[in-house]
Amino acid sequence: MATDIIIHDEKDNVGVVVIEKITPKQDCSCWVMENDKTVGIQSADEIPLGHKIAMTDLNEGDTIIKYGHDIGKVVKPIKKGEHVHVHNVKTKKW
Amino acid sequence: MEIPKSFLGYKRENGRAGTRNHVIILPVDDISNACAEAVANNIKGTIALPHSYGRLQFGADLELHFKTMIGTAKNPNVAAAIIIGIEPKWTKRIVDEVAKTGKPVEGFSIEGAGDIETIMKASKKAQEFSIWASEKQREECPISDLWISVKCGESDTTSGLASNPTVGNLMDKLEPLGVHLCFGETSELTGAETVCEKRGKTPEAQEKFKKTWNDYNDFILKEATDDLSESQPTAGNIAGGLTTIEEKAFGNFQKIGSRQFIDVLTPAEEPEKGPGLYFMDTSSAAAECVTLQAAGGFNIHLFPTGQGNIIGNPIEPVIKLTANPLTAVNMSEHIDCDVSKILSREMNLSEAGDELIKTTLRVANGRLTCAEALGHKEFVMTKLYRSA
Repeated sequence: MATDIIIHDEKDNVGVVVIEKITPKQDCSCWVMENDKTVGIQSADEIPLGHKIAMTDLNEGDTIIKYGHDIGKVVKPIKKGEHVHVHNVKTKKW
Repeated sequence: MEIPKSFLGYKRENGRAGTRNHVIILPVDDISNACAEAVANNIKGTIALPHSYGRLQFGADLELHFKTMIGTAKNPNVAAAIIIGIEPKWTKRIVDEVAKTGKPVEGFSIEGAGDIETIMKASKKAQEFSIWASEKQREECPISDLWISVKCGESDTTSGLASNPTVGNLMDKLEPLGVHLCFGETSELTGAETVCEKRGKTPEAQEKFKKTWNDYNDFILKEATDDLSESQPTAGNIAGGLTTIEEKAFGNFQKIGSRQFIDVLTPAEEPEKGPGLYFMDTSSAAAECVTLQAAGGFNIHLFPTGQGNIIGNPIEPVIKLTANPLTAVNMSEHIDCDVSKILSREMNLSEAGDELIKTTLRVANGRLTCAEALGHKEFVMTKLYRSA
């Protein structure tokens, strides 16, 4: 089955779109690279290539995990399947 | 895949092995470039390494200049070296250090003789070196003679997804075989610096990394007009899907796989703690970084790219890999190893790592890289501050 989304690490709560775009309510196939498993998710938003999708519901203040590591904090609640980017996530650096 | 235990390299006098057999004409300073280029033009089988500096530098900046010059000529990919400078003293300092490797090296200074006489004398010696080097044969060398440096550039989301982890997979497979490995890019680790610090194998290595990164960060905070949040990630990175500086840094960090670094090197410093992974304090600018790593003695370079960086180096072959399917097609003349099938899951990371190992060994055995065939030989000094 074709891969729509790649997840680096089992611990990650976001995946990355690897097809041109995914559309709302699309059933997507996600490949977890670390353990070579496949999981499914239904998208809530249109998300372009290279952008991230939430694999779980996230609340304000939660940490985004990618590559198994902290890559920033949630600043607006995010539902499973929604687009994760600069509008709802910020760096913890500054 | 069973990893080959050897490659065909050039054995050097000091016990190292080269993947190339260059005779270099190295100018000590900017004003000696013309002479060096004239000699390389006269004598086939030689290559000039012109650059922009070497006059009125002082302190740590001057020392780095010398370290880069000396390290470049000492690199095992160099069979023999001609050093040409305006003044005899600095020229001799380089020649004396390079001579310790046992390789043929001779210095010439222009002051009092002029370009034309210097070109004549240096050309005669260069001809001797070139003919001597041409008889060197490739011999079987253990794979542990490979010193592999890595640096990524023109990164996009495919870099963190696939091409950088491919390099990490190669490191995980080759480190146990006794190779030397080196990563750098102090600035691009910002956001992952505390996790990177913990990858130090010893408390000393961790402490050295922390100090190196803090010194860099202090410099940025002193020079920058803002906190970099407007420039890292860049607008292009954000359009491509990268949200935070941490995310960008962790993408970069995939290149070291699950390895730990045994020591932290200053720019152009040669590792002295034996086989394993080293971190070198470098700029994230491609040509500056690779020039420093080559001066540190590394003899083959892996360069993952997303959007398509085109860099090469005069003495260290630079192998490019990409996971971006568009770059692999649109810039195919720059890509030595295409791992874009990872994204469509037609290839897993381990298979991609094996492909990269095969490419690396072919290049070590003499296959030209795309950058070599295209004539890329970017030799760029790192300047710490302005000259006197």
